[in-house]
Amino acid sequence: MASLRLAAIALLLAGPALAQSYGVGHTPTPDELRALDISIGPTGDELPPGHGSAKEGAALFQSKGCVGCHGKAGVGGLAPELQSSKGHDLPLWERGRGKSGWSILPLTAPYATIVWDYIHRGMPLGHEGTLTADEVYSLTAYLLFLNGVIPEDQVLDKDSLPKVKMPIGNDYARLPEWKHGTPRLAGYPY
Amino acid sequence: MDSKRTNRRELLKGSAAVAGGLAALVPAPAAAQTSPFGTPLHDQMPSHDQMAGMAAPGTPTPSGTPMIKGTKDLIEYGQRSHFVTSMRMPHPMGGRPSPDAFGKTFHVAAPLQDSVGVITPSSLHYFATTRGAYVPDIDPRTHSLTIHGLVDRPLTFTMEDLKRLPSVTRLHFIECAGNRHNGRQKNVQESHGMTSCAEWTGVLLSTLIKECGLKGSATWFVAEGAEEVKGASSMPIAKAMDDCLIAYGMNGEAVRPQNGYPLRLMAPGYEGIFHTKWLRRIKIVDRYYMNYNDYGHMTRTPEEAALGFQIGPKSVITSPSGGQQLPGKGFYEITGLAWSGGGAIRSVEVSTDGGKKWNKAQIKGTPQRMAHARFGYPWHWDGNETEIVSRCTDEIGQVQPTREQVAKYFNVPFDRNYRVPGLDNSVMPWRIARDGTVTNGLA
Repeated sequence: MASLRLAAIALLLAGPALAQSYGVGHTPTPDELRALDISIGPTGDELPPGHGSAKEGAALFQSKGCVGCHGKAGVGGLAPELQSSKGHDLPLWERGRGKSGWSILPLTAPYATIVWDYIHRGMPLGHEGTLTADEVYSLTAYLLFLNGVIPEDQVLDKDSLPKVKMPIGNDYARLPEWKHGTPRLAGYPY
Repeated sequence: MDSKRTNRRELLKGSAAVAGGLAALVPAPAAAQTSPFGTPLHDQMPSHDQMAGMAAPGTPTPSGTPMIKGTKDLIEYGQRSHFVTSMRMPHPMGGRPSPDAFGKTFHVAAPLQDSVGVITPSSLHYFATTRGAYVPDIDPRTHSLTIHGLVDRPLTFTMEDLKRLPSVTRLHFIECAGNRHNGRQKNVQESHGMTSCAEWTGVLLSTLIKECGLKGSATWFVAEGAEEVKGASSMPIAKAMDDCLIAYGMNGEAVRPQNGYPLRLMAPGYEGIFHTKWLRRIKIVDRYYMNYNDYGHMTRTPEEAALGFQIGPKSVITSPSGGQQLPGKGFYEITGLAWSGGGAIRSVEVSTDGGKKWNKAQIKGTPQRMAHARFGYPWHWDGNETEIVSRCTDEIGQVQPTREQVAKYFNVPFDRNYRVPGLDNSVMPWRIARDGTVTNGLA
């Protein structure tokens, strides 16, 4: 009787797991996952080894052609501005808005990891994914230096990049908690 | 015979170009359509070819009426009538042409003014890319979806794997955040064409995540495409486990390349950009990642953030609409589309006097959750100048507002240039002049 009850409990426990397991799909290797995983979160856990500073970044900004779209030192190009030309006395949200209306990423991003992720994922236009980790650290450092976020000689790497204090702090909106069937904004009738 | 055969081929090529949006709106001249068929011979017996449905070129049908000759191409993959000229167009938003000088596409709008029913044909479905992009040409044999992060077992699914799993088929709209109407737009394609609705088939994301085993610490997921910029968006895990769909099918065939072939994430009711195209990876995480596409959403106020995420209740009259012409007074069915990110559409109202009196419209068929619903309202136009407008209510009671109502809610003064915060779901009036011309009521 006891063993029957035990068997029933075991079945109950195993049941849902078995029912969900179609046995379809395969386990990716750690190497495959590492190559795929280009999402860099705020803690920087996924950052690869490597390092760079603004000085190296300034040279790369020329040699990689960034200057062609973003302009000299990130100002005056056709692509979104990367350095604010507005006075430091202005509030950040005003200072961080470029002429075209785009936000200036290396100034307004809440985490420096976002700048790294963006460059690594999406730049340079037409040659995405070709920059080495050192190059991405260097370009990130250059853009943060241009906006007065870090000093020119600061070396960014896996450990120091997530610790960079971004000027926006907590002054940006979080998305509301999403639940099935809830209005998009509590109390908003429309 | 041979020259006639060539003519017919050229003609078909010509209509293919029109369908591809390369040529002008004008269809091939009618004379060119009839010339290959020669003089009608009413007394001729049907030939063996005709009996088999493959009339020889230059052979008239027994009745002498114009016909479309069966060709290998047409038999294998059909084409609409050359009399139908409805086309997508590069959306004026952002001022970027599609295609641009490099063959990239940016924002392309669907011809809602010609739409019937609720399904947008795949060839006419709107599409958009964040900053202008090449459409990747993906070999499905080399494509896979990897789910990893806060799961017990990361798994990679090939396209073959995905098609073995239990599937669902659902109608869903997608709408671009840039689908904003203003007084400068001439027609509903310009004002509302950045939304479409299709029947999507695939595997629920929850099915795949359960297969991997979700860890208790999971709160968000990042979905990422395989295109050159690897566009990525963060979404709540609650959405993943609710109704997200990994779609390989669209309107009964494979998803089109512009819409994400071979795999697209559907996040029903969320702004278009979340519906990750060319989906290659889903990473389960414990916080908002703000990767790539997310950064563009960053706003300062919680209200704007919330209103730019899930789409509100919205409707528009597609006929009569801007640029159309009523031939005279009398009966017209006013018809249009209504949709909401909050669920199914519960009701639609139409006003034919500029919003003074609202009348219940008929919804055609059963409205589906996060899908376009087609509505109709019978109207006798008395020939006087007036304004027609629609508004809708969804299943959770959200009501489509006027721009004035939104301004009042946020306690800001209203003027013609007022910008509705977040996704613009305000009503769209069309003005009918005494001569029957229909123009933008916001102009």
